[in-house]
Amino acid sequence: MDRITISGLTKSYGDKRVLDGIDLVVRPHEVVSLIGASGSGKSTLLRCINGLTDFEAGSVTLDGVDIFDESFGRTGLYKRIGIVFQAYNLFPHMSVLDNVTLAPIKAHKVRRAEAEARGQELLERFGLGGFARTYPEKLSGGQQQRVAIVRCLATRPDVLLLDEVTASLDPELIGEVLGIIRELRTEGMTMVIVTHEMSFARDISDRVLFLDQGRIVEEGPPGQIFGAPHEERTRRFLDRIIASGRLGG
Amino acid sequence: MTGRKSRPRGGKQREDRLVPVLVSVLSIVVVFGIIGWAVGSAEQWPRIRSQFFDPAAIMDAFPGVWRGFLTNMRIWVICLVATALLALVLAVGRTFEGPWFTPIRLFVTVYIDLLRGIPALLLVLLFGFGIPALQLPGVSTDGVVWGTVAIVLSYSAYVAEVYRSGIDSVHDGQRLAAKALGLTQWQALIHTVLPQALRNVFPALLNLTIALQKDVALLSVIGVRDAVREAQIYTARTFNYSSLIAAAILFMLATVPLSRLADHLSRKDRERRLQGGK
Repeated sequence: MDRITISGLTKSYGDKRVLDGIDLVVRPHEVVSLIGASGSGKSTLLRCINGLTDFEAGSVTLDGVDIFDESFGRTGLYKRIGIVFQAYNLFPHMSVLDNVTLAPIKAHKVRRAEAEARGQELLERFGLGGFARTYPEKLSGGQQQRVAIVRCLATRPDVLLLDEVTASLDPELIGEVLGIIRELRTEGMTMVIVTHEMSFARDISDRVLFLDQGRIVEEGPPGQIFGAPHEERTRRFLDRIIASGRLGG
Repeated sequence: MTGRKSRPRGGKQREDRLVPVLVSVLSIVVVFGIIGWAVGSAEQWPRIRSQFFDPAAIMDAFPGVWRGFLTNMRIWVICLVATALLALVLAVGRTFEGPWFTPIRLFVTVYIDLLRGIPALLLVLLFGFGIPALQLPGVSTDGVVWGTVAIVLSYSAYVAEVYRSGIDSVHDGQRLAAKALGLTQWQALIHTVLPQALRNVFPALLNLTIALQKDVALLSVIGVRDAVREAQIYTARTFNYSSLIAAAILFMLATVPLSRLADHLSRKDRERRLQGGK
């Protein structure tokens, strides 16, 4: 069965239609990348998947159940679908470990000792074990973003949404974050990724979707999208990306 | 300054640090010395001194003023706790979103407009004299109680606005992250928004705390025997104003450490977070 099914998704901000009849299926363990120019609706689409943003028409289902179905309760959906933001959005007044354990303890009623043990284990797995008692502002951008990913994983989600997670990072810090995402892929995590890192999208994705003006213009395996795009608009977009030097070997 | 820090330790460095301190001390001594000399040598000074700064009169008035000052402090603490809580309810009420909460938001807005628009002194008179005069059954006729209520109502309007500016200062991404992790709106407020909001406005809150400490003296106009009232009683009896100076000194002794404490706490908090570790 499909993990996520989006059909006819339409969303406007005032008069401007940002998503225009989007249909998309994501299968379990699949990694799907959304590419496109700024304002093409990629991030909005991502936020519709876990109901952070509401929409006028269409539907989103998780394992065949509508995301607004009452069976998810108030927090169930957020437990199943995690999202990581461009600006990390860590809680600056809490230590790294408290950031990671807040949701499991408060929202998902995990016992503190259990949540902390699991949080510490996750931090160690991603090379952050020594920072458990540190406050986020002491960490580098790459470390903060890794903590944000761990914070997400702490609720044991089935799907991870990544919203331009490397866009705020200095170039030399991007690698450590992409490394985690690669690792998650090998573990079979289902992911929907919005990114400007084209070579990363090419390497990690099972499928790439090119969005323009709220519509999916083209979708296919990365080889097709980056190697031989069928659509003129896709080609023009990639030409601009190559000209800016963001699609290297 | 940063350049100096990086230099190796040594006598030269200590000298560098000592010179500005000496200059400061010297300039303070010179400036205030001149002012002191000018005041002291003025023709009117002996009269001013005996009217306001008579040590014997200050000592004489002190027991009464001190008793009154303890009343001030007691009322201050009560006002502080009540104001902090009421203002928090108001500020949080204003953040509720959605059409169902329109009455709450409207009420808070009107409340704040109204109570910030009326002088605290007027409210104290209105409540302290007015409500006991109604002789309502089951309602306290104690002026102190209603005067205190007036001050709490007035200050909570200001404090609520400070809270609100603190809540507004927390980035939307924080609420979004909390929601995306599965926290309810209420949990997001308690665990992520409010702690940051309060920390951001802590200096402003302390400023109001200090202002409140002195505005408790407004209750003297409805006959509460606080420090100011006691000092006035002494003045009325002896025609000497040194008792008011005694009260002034007590108020100052109470507020200055509070200001220093605020500085200290802010600095400690900053250091703790920059150092890492709890």
